[in-house]
Amino acid sequence: MARGLHPLNRGVPGAAAPGAALPRRTRLDRLPWWTGAAGAGLVVVLLTGVPLAVLLGEAGELPFARVAQDVWLRRVVGFSLGQAALSTVLALVLAVPVALALHHERRFPGRAALTGLFGLSLVLPAIAAVFGIVAVWGGAGWVNGVLDTLGAPFLAEGAEPPRLPVLYGLNGILLAHVFFNAPLAARVLLQALDGIALHEWRLAAQLGLSASARFRLLQWPAIARRLPGLATLIFTLCFTSFAIVLALGGGPRATTVEVAVYQALRFDFDLPLAVALALVQLAICAALTGIGSAFARSDDGSLGLTERAADGAPWPHWHPHVRRGGWHRLLDRGAIALAALLVLPPFAALLIAGINRRTVAVLGDAITLDALFNTVVAALAAAALSVALALGLLSGVRRLHLRAANRRDGTTGSRTAGEALQALGNAILVIPPIVLGTGLFLSLRAWADVFSLALLLVILINALMGLPFALRILAGPVLDGAASRDRLARSLGMARAARWRLVDAPLLRRPVALAAAVSATLAAGDLGAIALFGSDQVRTLPLLLQTRLGSHRLDEAAVTATLLVLTCAILFTGLKLLIGGTGERDA
Amino acid sequence: MSLDIDGVRLALADRRWRFDIALATDGVHALLGRSGSGKSTLLNLIGGYLEPDAGRIAWHGEPLSGLAPAERPVTTLFQHDNLFAHLSVADNVALGLDPSLRLTPQQRERVSGSLDQVELAGYEKRKPGSLSGGERQRVSLARCLLRNRPILLLDEPFGALDPDTRTAMIALTRELIERQRPCVVMVTHDEDDAHAIGARVLELVDGGVRRR
Repeated sequence: MARGLHPLNRGVPGAAAPGAALPRRTRLDRLPWWTGAAGAGLVVVLLTGVPLAVLLGEAGELPFARVAQDVWLRRVVGFSLGQAALSTVLALVLAVPVALALHHERRFPGRAALTGLFGLSLVLPAIAAVFGIVAVWGGAGWVNGVLDTLGAPFLAEGAEPPRLPVLYGLNGILLAHVFFNAPLAARVLLQALDGIALHEWRLAAQLGLSASARFRLLQWPAIARRLPGLATLIFTLCFTSFAIVLALGGGPRATTVEVAVYQALRFDFDLPLAVALALVQLAICAALTGIGSAFARSDDGSLGLTERAADGAPWPHWHPHVRRGGWHRLLDRGAIALAALLVLPPFAALLIAGINRRTVAVLGDAITLDALFNTVVAALAAAALSVALALGLLSGVRRLHLRAANRRDGTTGSRTAGEALQALGNAILVIPPIVLGTGLFLSLRAWADVFSLALLLVILINALMGLPFALRILAGPVLDGAASRDRLARSLGMARAARWRLVDAPLLRRPVALAAAVSATLAAGDLGAIALFGSDQVRTLPLLLQTRLGSHRLDEAAVTATLLVLTCAILFTGLKLLIGGTGERDA
Repeated sequence: MSLDIDGVRLALADRRWRFDIALATDGVHALLGRSGSGKSTLLNLIGGYLEPDAGRIAWHGEPLSGLAPAERPVTTLFQHDNLFAHLSVADNVALGLDPSLRLTPQQRERVSGSLDQVELAGYEKRKPGSLSGGERQRVSLARCLLRNRPILLLDEPFGALDPDTRTAMIALTRELIERQRPCVVMVTHDEDDAHAIGARVLELVDGGVRRR
């Protein structure tokens, strides 16, 4: 018998031990444990290291003194930082009262829908949101339409009705950034407020703390703990925002570094300038990440992606929030109404405006269908690669953690190595896609026509951009409880294939589904990489939408935007269901 | 013949242990010791979860070093985490028959039979999360029954159970021991458990044993 008991298993009286077989060893088991991690690590290092090295190599020839003196460059950097700072302040100023209101008001119609929409801001393609904002706040948008209608009876014959200020420029950029980041901030702060322990509220009720004392002693500390990290995150998101600035900014007075790199590469073909700008961008992002990691808290790492929206369980009857006065109630409702007015109309526009007189023509259009196909292919490939890289890196991290736990002496060495491996994947957050793109552009320029490789480059860049998200989603399920599962699997002699099939796959199915869904949705909505490498030959839906918005063909843009949002929604839910399954969670 | 732990030395983080014990192969041994006396470390050495820095562990004169845990003539009942939470009770037990879980109908029947022996007939489809602590340990015991290895290691397996459950669990474990007559090494800090299982009580002091 090939798989009999080991000869040592004797000595049991009467036991021709019919039981346990030895593990089946396959070719898979002979691979060293670090295969996955090394493969994934190599891919990440190659794809980021080579472009960065080439970028730095080119930088050696830059006339740095001149670059530093350049007035235009200074203005671009100043504008990038300034708009990011303003956007951050506005988003937080709006988010704090909204989070407080949602924390107080547990039950009102549409609460779940509203907090759900808040959570979408991370996966909604920026360029689609831009369309929604233009449709509502733009020159021919809903608000101006309402102003026209309402104003008409009061206006003298032939007088101009009141109009919104022009959307393009700083106004539009700020509006879009607040639209994206205020809900994100509100969600994070709501989570912080809901995290205040019930026994603290019981104490507050017993002591009869006033509303202002409760705010000062309980709520503000919970909010303030999160503010530095949150502000850094929002600042970074706004600083590196590309699609919004490209579509709503532009011109010398409203250009950020990201957009300037793109223009230098694609329009002016000024490589030295592109390199200089990319390096400035990289330096500032590295500094921001440094600041951010100082505030990092492990519990907001998932950005609310894995948590369910607060379900708004009602407060117990003795709770101080239940006995709030009428004025407080009114203020809270005002804040919620304001948030709804900011968030809902662009979403509504995205869904409604897609149905217009051009719908059939646009959907039947070969260019649209081609872009749709490219989008889906790029999204699925990038998601697969992101998840594979994340699982590869984490398999190494897990192994190193287990070794650290089991081994004598070198306890800390293995653990540190594991953390370094994980940090490698997260380091990508430092590198803005535009910088990576510029580096890849320069690296490949000598070897191939970069524009003919557009789709491949889009896939690679987006796979890397999705990697930090995939790592955050998968790290917990892969690493938590690994020690006891490992001990059990080893005690039973499960071979690698059996272990994957019986232990890892069932446990990771849902997290992998979520990671794939998030990566695919981010890739499908990305404009950065395709703007750099796209052309008339290779387009994706975001690029097509940007082109149509740019040439003010709003009906066609509307259909494209709706199609893009639907594609993202289908990719997200489709991947979650296909990979994750519909079954109930295990008890 | 015996289970020999011969001059085994191990340094883990900033602790050092030395074990020198010979245990009769057909005995039921209870090692009593305070926390930190190295009880669990010793079981992890025998089970193959730790490799010693020096010395040797031998079964019937043959060294165990270098063998993976599953290749050793050992099955272990830990205090916690004996089961995969996402697998059904039947699958958890069946892993003792085939670690890749491809079972013949006859083997499926043996799984049900062993569940019957621990008085959990009909629990096949349940998940560990829906069981009480005592039931979970009985599922683990059913798997030990099927693995039928010559050495049974018990790592405070009754420590987390309430008194009634504990009595029932001890009775079932005794049944298993009487049927299969393995060499049992139990570590515990509770002398009553040791007596209840019918063990010879040894005290673990400075890595050696003191008979009482």
